Amino acid sequence: MLLGQRLRALAGWIATLAVAAAFVVALAAFFELLSQDGEARTQVLRGYEWFTSGDLRVAFDLRWDPLSALMALVVTGVSSLIHLYSIGYMAHDERRETFFAWLNLFVASMLVLVLAQNFLVMFLGWEGVGLCSYLLVGFWFNRRLLVVNPLGRLVEGEPDETREVWAPPAAKKAFLANRIGDVGFLLAMFLIFATVGSLDFDDVFGKAGGLAGGTATAIALLLFLACTGKSAQFPLYVWLPDAMAGPTPVSALIHAATMVAAGVFLVARMYPVFEASGSVLNEIGILASVTMLIAALLALVQDDIKRVLAYSTISQLAYMMAALSVGGYSAGIFHLFTHAFFKALLFLAAGAIIHAVHTNNMSEMGGLARAMPVTFVTFLVGALALAGVAPLAGFWSKDEILTDAWNAGFGGAGEAATSQAVAQIVFVTGLVTAFLTAVYVARMLWLTFGAAFRGQGHPHEADAAMLFPLVVLAVGAALAGFVGLGDNSISTWIQTPELPSEGPATLNLGLIVVTTVLALAGLAVGTALYRRGLPEREYLERLPVAWKTLQRKYYLDDLYEQGIVRAVAGALAPATYWFDQRVVDGVVNGAGLGTGRLARGLRYVQSGQAQWYAAALFLGVVGLAVVVTQLIGN
Amino acid sequence: MRVGPGAYLLLSAILFSIGVVGVLIRRNAIVVFMCVELMLNAVNLSFITFAKTNGALDGQVLAFFVMVVAAAEVVVGLGILVAIFRKRSSTSVDDVNLLKG
Repeated sequence: MLLGQRLRALAGWIATLAVAAAFVVALAAFFELLSQDGEARTQVLRGYEWFTSGDLRVAFDLRWDPLSALMALVVTGVSSLIHLYSIGYMAHDERRETFFAWLNLFVASMLVLVLAQNFLVMFLGWEGVGLCSYLLVGFWFNRRLLVVNPLGRLVEGEPDETREVWAPPAAKKAFLANRIGDVGFLLAMFLIFATVGSLDFDDVFGKAGGLAGGTATAIALLLFLACTGKSAQFPLYVWLPDAMAGPTPVSALIHAATMVAAGVFLVARMYPVFEASGSVLNEIGILASVTMLIAALLALVQDDIKRVLAYSTISQLAYMMAALSVGGYSAGIFHLFTHAFFKALLFLAAGAIIHAVHTNNMSEMGGLARAMPVTFVTFLVGALALAGVAPLAGFWSKDEILTDAWNAGFGGAGEAATSQAVAQIVFVTGLVTAFLTAVYVARMLWLTFGAAFRGQGHPHEADAAMLFPLVVLAVGAALAGFVGLGDNSISTWIQTPELPSEGPATLNLGLIVVTTVLALAGLAVGTALYRRGLPEREYLERLPVAWKTLQRKYYLDDLYEQGIVRAVAGALAPATYWFDQRVVDGVVNGAGLGTGRLARGLRYVQSGQAQWYAAALFLGVVGLAVVVTQLIGN
Repeated sequence: MRVGPGAYLLLSAILFSIGVVGVLIRRNAIVVFMCVELMLNAVNLSFITFAKTNGALDGQVLAFFVMVVAAAEVVVGLGILVAIFRKRSSTSVDDVNLLKG
């Protein structure tokens, strides 16, 4: 009442300072960890006991080791910048305090997730980020977000499908897809407790090697199911493109840099279990290869700039998964690290663009290079990093992944349990996807910034509060790759005793040449096709079957809609509703009504007439006398 | 002719019953009081009877007690009765039902 209203304007700053402070703390702890070695690299903080049930003792234990330190830095660092950006972006929103509250809640949950020392605490964070994703994607639930058919006006033969994208369905979709994964997480937890007897990570790591093959496989598969949901892999990736209905800072933070990385983090964290399982790494490799390819293809035909970035994220996450599957543990994490930088940058820059032109659709953009120079340059840096152009960050991490895939597939047998065939598939798909990435990146650049402006109004540069994070992230996207070099590189630093030892990152010169050629070729193709802006008909329309399939997103959404959603929403939901209203509520209401009726009946005992009471008294006495005489008689 | 104690007890019982029925049935408050007195006296009778049959004087002492208490009770009761029925003109007990739920 006194301070609340006045503090409203400060909400954004308070939130940002909180996260920035967390970043500073994380940084200090990180440097402290750097000075340690070997066993001391893993520090466990035994916290407050949550509960004890039988043999199970769960406490709020935290773990500080290279992996969690890196994740914590990424989360708090990128988040601080995004919070800062949001102050400008959400300045005119009437519910901005709620936004910042939820954004902070998200960061807190994410930190719990990465710092957890046992499964249950991690699950807390896991669910927390899922919840915040739901809340934040559905933030504009009271607005009609008008989005033209994401494939733009280029759809011939179909009426101009102006679709209203409501945030609530997207939020629900995100949460439900995540939920399916969560079932996997829960079942994995149960199984682990049943076989290992504890939910603590140290105990699990210790016993991981000794697990029966079948058990380890089951656990690994279930955990991977959780990752599929959270990190948007096939077939549970469908929520991510729709989640673009949320404000752009949300897309940048949750759906690019952090939450979706949680799945990759989980695989990395549980790597000993995945190694012990043998075959699951192969399956991950295959699935990742499929995902990266189909997502890149979809990114190629989107009109909505945020959807291009969404599919790109799915594709890059698949890269990380693929890296982990071929034994490139540090490569996968390295890519997570660099990806956070350039993807967040791309999203934030896209947000600035959307803010300026009031539309998400690239068909209404164009020629913005001159109108928004800073945004253009930073976006360009991020885009080239995504495409894997040296010496930007993306190049180094992507290259390390491909090197590991090459070594596992064609080189000497790696330490990992993956088969050579799978590694070869991963390698080839990785190359193809790198090419496609460059193509859609170039397409995005030219359609947004090149040629002439196709929209209405006069777009102008964003204000300083929004530009500053862009510049910082651009610097990061440019330089972050260099932590992968040298003797004290991220690869050596991130090793812990439980993991298979990898040598320091090697540079395969031939591979570097190949990838650079591919990236440049892809950029050239994209430039050639889209240099003059939007063509009359999209090129892929000449292949009607391919076009239709891409347009319908491989019919996957349709499959879910017809197969699952209809059955549940159409049949199961009404039945459950009936049960809830009639039976459950019936019992509760019935208890109340019954009591009322009984009371009304019993009212008549209180007649107020003394003789009535006297009669009752008399009857009671008679009854007592009978009982007493009977007792005496016995 | 010697009448055994049974007859006295029977009489006592009958008187008591009549008193009970009267208390429960009659509408006039004063008649209810009289029936209460009837019950008390019936009990007195049975006390005396038992005192005689047992040869002890306990019953007779108790009878005295009962008479004293009955007298005191009548005083208080009639006082309340008068107080209530000064307010309203009716003497019917049916009308005293303010505690009706």
